[in-house]
Amino acid sequence: MIHPIPSGTRDVLPQETGEVRAITDTLRAVFDRHRFGEIYTPALEYESVLARADMAEARPAYRVFDETGAVLVLRSDMTAPIARVVATRYGDSEVPLRFCYFAHTYRGVRPQRGQLREMLQAGIELIGSPAPEGTAEALSVLCDSLEAVGLRDFRIGVGDASLFPALMESLSVPEDSREGLLEALVRRNFVALEHLLHEAGVSGEAAELLLDVPQRRGGPELLTDAPDPAVEAVTGMRRVYELLPANVAERVIFDLGLIRNIGYYTGAVFEVYDPALGAPIGGGGRYDDLLARFGRSLPAVGFALYVDSLHQALAGEERGTGALSELRSVAAAGESR
Amino acid sequence: MSAANGLTIAVPRGALFEGTVELLGTLGIDTGELRTNNRKLLFEDIGVVTMRPSDVPTYVEAGAADIGVTGKDVLLEQLGHAPGERGRDVYELLDLGFGRCTMVLASKAGPDPALESLRRLGVMRVATKYPRITARYLEQTGRQGEIVEVKGSVELAPLTGMVDAIVDLTATGTTLRENNLVVREEILVCTARLIANPVSHKLKAAQMDDLLERLRSLPAAGVG
Repeated sequence: MIHPIPSGTRDVLPQETGEVRAITDTLRAVFDRHRFGEIYTPALEYESVLARADMAEARPAYRVFDETGAVLVLRSDMTAPIARVVATRYGDSEVPLRFCYFAHTYRGVRPQRGQLREMLQAGIELIGSPAPEGTAEALSVLCDSLEAVGLRDFRIGVGDASLFPALMESLSVPEDSREGLLEALVRRNFVALEHLLHEAGVSGEAAELLLDVPQRRGGPELLTDAPDPAVEAVTGMRRVYELLPANVAERVIFDLGLIRNIGYYTGAVFEVYDPALGAPIGGGGRYDDLLARFGRSLPAVGFALYVDSLHQALAGEERGTGALSELRSVAAAGESR
Repeated sequence: MSAANGLTIAVPRGALFEGTVELLGTLGIDTGELRTNNRKLLFEDIGVVTMRPSDVPTYVEAGAADIGVTGKDVLLEQLGHAPGERGRDVYELLDLGFGRCTMVLASKAGPDPALESLRRLGVMRVATKYPRITARYLEQTGRQGEIVEVKGSVELAPLTGMVDAIVDLTATGTTLRENNLVVREEILVCTARLIANPVSHKLKAAQMDDLLERLRSLPAAGVG
C-alpha cells in the first residue's frame, strides 16, 4: 500500500537520519563552544504576533484556526519567534543574548521544483551585539560551523541590505519607483533594472551607478573605491572585515548587490555558497529594527543553515561531482587560457 | 579555447541557436563542431551543452550550467501563477537583442470570432503553447478565457473551430498569414537573454564579468 505525503515533505529513514545527525551534532558542539544556548519554540504561533516581523517573501504560508477561531500559522523562520521570546521572557536581561536552534520551518513551495515545504534549519541569533563586532562574531561562528562539519570549498557572500536603498535615496530616484527597482535587484534581473531606471527617468551617471554598483563582487579591494552614496555601507563592511580572523576573511566574497528576500534585514546580509550546489546553503544578516517591533529595542544578527542543502553539498563534495564542478573539471582539462 | 574561461554555457537549439552560435564565434570560441553536429549534446572542450530553449533555465537554476541563453518568452512562461511569485532562481544579466519576436493574440481573418464569443458567451477559447503568459494577459485585460494548451502547430486550432483565438510567438507573421490568421493584439516583445546561476555568479564572478564585458562591447548586443 502506498499512502502519499505532501510534496516538499519527506520521511527520513535511519541511514539518512544518521548522516543528518552527524551534521547537527557537530553544529551543536560548535554553537555550544561559542556559548549559544539552544532553545525550542512552538511550530504553531499566532498569526497576529509573527506579523510584527516584516517577512516579505518568507512570510508564513500555512494557516489554521484553533478551537476559539484564532488564526495560527506554521512558523516560516526562527528569527521572528526568537525575537518574540526575547521581548517576552528576557525583557530586562543583560545583553548580549546568544541563542541557537535546530528547528523545522515551513514555507510555501512551487510545485515540482524539489523545494521543501518543511525545512530543517540550524542557526544562531546574537541579540544585543551591534555592528561591527556582532556581525564579525556571527560570521566567525558560521565559518567555524561549516569547517567543523567538513565542508571544504564554501564561500560566504557578504553584502549590505541598506546599500541600494541609500544609493537610490542619494541619487534622488523617484520614490514610487524604488520598490520596483529593489524587487528587480532581489531577483538580480539586471535587464529589468535597466528598463525600470529608464522608465523612472533616471539617466546618465546616476543610472550607471545604480546598475554598476550592485554588480560589483569580489575581494576586499572592492571596499576601497566605493562611490560616495555607498560609502557608509561599504565602510561598515570594511569594519566587519577588519575584525574577522584569517580563516573567515579568506572565505568572504563581498557582493554589493546582495539583498535577501526577507524584509527585516537592516545592515550586513550574508549567504553561503558551495560549488557542489546550485543554490545557497544558508544565509543571514543584521536585523537591528526587528526586536523593537516586539517591544525591546536591540540590535541583532543571526544566520540559518539549511541542513538538507548542507548535507547535499557535503555529499557532492565527497563524490567530487557537484553540480557546478562536474562539467567544468572536464572543460578545464582542455583549457588553454 | 574554452567558451568563457571555464564557464559552462547552456545553448538553446531551435530559433535562437544561430544567433547564439554566432555570438560564441565572435567571442573567439571554435564553433565548428557545434554548427555541424546537431546530434551531439555535450561539447566538453568548449564548455557548451545544447538543449531545447525551455530547458535552459532548468539547467542553469540547478547549476548544471553556469550561464545560458534563452528567450524572454521562456522566462515569462516559467514565472509563477500568483502575483509577485518568483520564476526560476536565475539571474537575468543581459538582453542580447537577437531573436526578436512578438507574442500576439491572433484569430481568423474577417469578423473577430474571439470578440463574438466574448460578447455572446462571456468567455473566449484560446489555444497556446504559453498557458501562463496567456492566463496572465487575459486576466490583466479583464477577460475570461478558457485556455487550451497544445504542443504542436497552434495555427491549426482556430482553423478547425476548436478555439476562437491563439496566443503565439511570431517573428515575421508569415505563418499566421498563410493560415488566414490576423494579429489582433500585440502582447509583448521577446528577445534572447543571458541568464546565470546565482551561486556561479558569486563563485565565478571574475569570469562572468569578463564575459559580460566582452558581450557588451559587441555592437550586436542591443542593451535595453
